Amino acid sequence: MLMQALKVEDYTFSYLDTKNPALIDVNLEIAKGEIVVLAGPSGCGKSTLLKSIVGLIPHMYSGSWSGKVIVDGAEVSKTKISELAKKVGFVFQNPENQIFMFSVERDIAFGLENLALPKDEMRQRVDEALSLLNLKNLADRAPHELSDGQKQRTALAGVLAMKPSILILDEPTSLLDPHTAHEVIGTVQKLNKNLGITVIIVEHRLDLVSIIASRLVIMDNGRIVANDAPKKVYNNSEALKAVGMPIMASLHKELGGIGEPPLSVDEFVSVLKIRND
Amino acid sequence: MIEFDDVSFRHQNGVMALREINLKIATNTLTAIVGENGAGKTTLVRHINGLLKPYQGKVLVFGEDTKKQSVAKLSRKVGIVFQNPDHQLFSDTVENEILFGLRNFGIEEKHDRLEWALEFFDLSRYRNVSPMLLSGGEKKRLCFACVLAWDPDVLILDEPTVGQDYKHKEKIVSMINNLLQKGKTVIIVSHDLEFLWPQQPRTLVMSQGKIIADGNIAEALSDDSVIKQANLVRPQLLALAIALGLKPPSNVKEAAKVLAR
Repeated sequence: MLMQALKVEDYTFSYLDTKNPALIDVNLEIAKGEIVVLAGPSGCGKSTLLKSIVGLIPHMYSGSWSGKVIVDGAEVSKTKISELAKKVGFVFQNPENQIFMFSVERDIAFGLENLALPKDEMRQRVDEALSLLNLKNLADRAPHELSDGQKQRTALAGVLAMKPSILILDEPTSLLDPHTAHEVIGTVQKLNKNLGITVIIVEHRLDLVSIIASRLVIMDNGRIVANDAPKKVYNNSEALKAVGMPIMASLHKELGGIGEPPLSVDEFVSVLKIRND
Repeated sequence: MIEFDDVSFRHQNGVMALREINLKIATNTLTAIVGENGAGKTTLVRHINGLLKPYQGKVLVFGEDTKKQSVAKLSRKVGIVFQNPDHQLFSDTVENEILFGLRNFGIEEKHDRLEWALEFFDLSRYRNVSPMLLSGGEKKRLCFACVLAWDPDVLILDEPTVGQDYKHKEKIVSMINNLLQKGKTVIIVSHDLEFLWPQQPRTLVMSQGKIIADGNIAEALSDDSVIKQANLVRPQLLALAIALGLKPPSNVKEAAKVLAR
């Protein structure tokens, strides 16, 4: 079995009629089962990279490129977008841009209907997605009757029913209240653990997501400037300049930076207590 | 001064969105409104520029009842930057979008205001571009530019940090400080408590149409039952201070000073 979910190799892309490439010499490998957080300032190339993974580039946007993007063994430029849609699931920032059917259940089935799956298999996949995301009791509800967290879970369920090998989340929590945001992040972690699905999350708030990430990738000006375990990246002040240093890492540094930087308040407090004992 | 006197509001579908709100917001202060999705935060601020009128009670803005004034007149004084830029933007170019409000209010130095707004919000290079072609973060900055251009006395920012990166969040902080220095009243509706914390605003916590806590941000977020009811998670420096029994530090430098002892 292929152990690699994504391989981006010496990849450079320029949009049509632009002078500067949006991505320059990007190299990135993601193993199956990883949770990778992708961060970087506006215009750093994150969106272009995501579009190149889901196949919108080069199939829908014109431009020139060199190098390769390989998703689950398939080279994106040589694979039909309908084939890629089975491999990569995409959850948007605003679930309202994604869910639109009359009921939660029908919404989850929508993607499967487009794949023209047999009815039995559709039923089974919808049921699985409903139970994975704890939506069984809401199956008949209309999307507008749902809370924002439930809407985002419905969007996730619709994407997971397609059984993608990679799940991409583009700022999935920015419209949610803090508690619901943590809940959605917890759900993503659970899905990763139980299904082994590979996850790429784009997020500005590193504080919220670093704790579940196996890797943190930071982009700036079309290039990858850091790509390592979150704690290693938290020690790389230069790369963090582009995204702002997370609060606990910044406090750790301010206090002399001895040992590994903590990813959360709880971790900071427990390290402090051990040290004081 | 903005005053809510026993204000309730009912949506057309019968849902009570605000319940007996009593509130005073003094001129030239910073106020944050936080709380779960659907708590009534946006409904509350839309009463301040008269977009919504109370079902019961009254709202006074600079002493005048909003029911007796037009939205056009009120919005000259009270500018709202909406949560979703797509609900606000409609012109063919960025420049015309900013000029729209300036022309409507008959502001004389409109070209100076336009140049200032384009420059401050990092939008000059998009002057002749359609707003619809901007990224989400850029659209949001354009909404700030449009409203700040006509220089209202009260600024209401609904979820200002959504889609904004670190650099632009810093820019929003400096914009808020700048407004406060100029004597403006600023009200921020936000889920981003980490963004609000260093500014130490007066904070109103809303849940199910009511204000359930009101005070300095540390006080307002001190009660566990308030946090739970309003679906909040405490800002990290406050959580840290509570875990260690310290006086809450407003920023990392202050926290380090206390902890180094």
